[in-house]
Amino acid sequence: MTTATPAVSAAAPTDQHGAKAHSDGGWDSNEKGYVPVQTRSARFTSTNPADFAAVTGLEAEWKLSPVALIRPLIDGELDGSPYAYLSTESEGVAVEWIDRTDSRIGSVGSPEEKASANAWASFDKALSVTLTGESSAEVTISRSGLGSTARAGHTVIVAKANSVGTIVLQNSGGALLSENVEVIVEDGARLTLISVQEWDDEGIHLSSQFARVGRDAYLKHIVVSLGGKVVRVNPSVALAGEGADGELFGVYFADAGQHLEQRVYMFHEGAHTKGRVNYKGALNGVGAHTVWVGDVLIGPAASGTDSYEQNRNLVLSEGTRADSIPNLEIQTGDIAGAGHASATGRFDDEHLFYLQARGIPEKEARRLVVLGFLTEVIQKIGKGDLETRLLQAVEAELGRIA
Amino acid sequence: MSTLEISDLHVSVETDQGTKHILKGVDLTLEQGSIHAIMGPNGSGKSTLAYTIAGHPKYHVESGSVKLDGEEVLTMTVDARARAGLFLAMQYPVEIPGVTVSNFLRTAKTAIDGEAPALRGWVKEIRESMDALRMDKAFAERNVNEGFSGGEKKRHEILQLELLKPKFAVLDETDSGLDVDALKIVSEGVNRAHSKTGLGVLLITHYTRILRYIHPDFVHVFVDGRVAEEGGPELADRLENEGYDRYLTGTSVG
Repeated sequence: MTTATPAVSAAAPTDQHGAKAHSDGGWDSNEKGYVPVQTRSARFTSTNPADFAAVTGLEAEWKLSPVALIRPLIDGELDGSPYAYLSTESEGVAVEWIDRTDSRIGSVGSPEEKASANAWASFDKALSVTLTGESSAEVTISRSGLGSTARAGHTVIVAKANSVGTIVLQNSGGALLSENVEVIVEDGARLTLISVQEWDDEGIHLSSQFARVGRDAYLKHIVVSLGGKVVRVNPSVALAGEGADGELFGVYFADAGQHLEQRVYMFHEGAHTKGRVNYKGALNGVGAHTVWVGDVLIGPAASGTDSYEQNRNLVLSEGTRADSIPNLEIQTGDIAGAGHASATGRFDDEHLFYLQARGIPEKEARRLVVLGFLTEVIQKIGKGDLETRLLQAVEAELGRIA
Repeated sequence: MSTLEISDLHVSVETDQGTKHILKGVDLTLEQGSIHAIMGPNGSGKSTLAYTIAGHPKYHVESGSVKLDGEEVLTMTVDARARAGLFLAMQYPVEIPGVTVSNFLRTAKTAIDGEAPALRGWVKEIRESMDALRMDKAFAERNVNEGFSGGEKKRHEILQLELLKPKFAVLDETDSGLDVDALKIVSEGVNRAHSKTGLGVLLITHYTRILRYIHPDFVHVFVDGRVAEEGGPELADRLENEGYDRYLTGTSVG
């Protein structure tokens, strides 16, 4: 069955408006109705995994994930050596390995959980991607040979001031990978970053992606998760500079037994920042599980902010589960707009009947609905060849539906 | 010239109270180009007949047949019935998330014709039909029925009727919930399709109001799952004056 849990449950009376126990769980307290006074930006972070308590799987950040399957990435030893990758050549983009002592590392992110910290403590060298050109550059970095060794990865992406470009992180093959990705979008830069997860059926991948968007800069961040046994990509984007603009999109398709998770955090730090979050997913087959947690924080200095986040899930069969949890926290009264939405719906027999009654065969009817649903996000990529290939990949997923 | 022949049709549905027999032996023959009105009180089985012809899985055919030019329709899939030339304008069309009207119409047209329509002619045809039905251009890019008003949904049904050009159309209470302006627009659409393509129409209605705009050749009165009386257009006038009461004495209205 499906669950969508944006609602709040009845809780102990409290003076703070909206501060009620959330229906998604008991937080970290045994005390019923306890409300932690903590804004999203105040979470504990550390690059040292020992600073985090042992993971039981009951914690708010882990309770929806298959912890047993990712245990080696949380507690195990990780191989942090450089791996093989393929990169397309493009003017205005440099790709190289850099030492972990490099000053760029740690300038944007810091792990909020143990697996992320484990990766941070374990990598030898970081992959650096630097965008310098002011005429649109494009680079695709492909990883396909990571294999089944437990690995740590670290990537630092810098879009220099006023640079423009598109970076695609293309993942396929096997993986048992925990990684951190830091993204620095300097003032006036315009970066599109697309993370595509098309791992094989056994692939396990945790990716914490931290971004900081400077003054009048723009980041379009897109997560596409189609393949892998467990894929958890958590983008965390600070719209730091005044007038920063962030568009965070995601599209996912979970088959039987697949776990696809994304915890999206957008922090409106600067004034007049604009943020849009739109994630859409389809689920098909017993045990297909998707998780979307969308946190938006509008900070005290973020006056004139315009923010909206939404998640939509389309359920194609019995036996699936879609968790969808939007959270919105506002610390200033002076905003242009803020909203959130979540909906999880079935593709049901009445839809099928309607389309079939117009001559459309059943298989084609399903294809039409799912493609139509996911295309809205895929076409945001703005890169024709990749859009075409991803639509074909979605079609291939649909082809597996009996 | 096509013929749709319904013979001794018995249909039931499963309800919480068990199996309920709704159609109890319907006989009806339609020739292409003719307009038949089916009138009757609520619960008499009019909509059940419509959905059974279209093949909705909720309705179980106990016995009888529905033949299109001699070929059994009841064994066909829902989509095969549509491709064979049957069309059901639904009373409550569902919203289809993620599918735009233009994408839907093109896909349906391609499925019905067996080939994609030539782009230029198709676009023009859609535009003309939408204009005639007073539908705004923006409709084409909206998701099917999503956020449509009741009247917009009905116009969208008739738009499909005009574009898909079936041999026979069953209109299930297309008049319900329409104001008089929308009723005229929708009726004009049906009349256009009828005169252009020689469509056969099975017009299901509770009220005689729509018959001022769509003139039936035959009127059938449906009571308790079968045809209780048949006649020409004058029968509709009589119903307008007398209502259904005289058919209901001695029968239970569920």
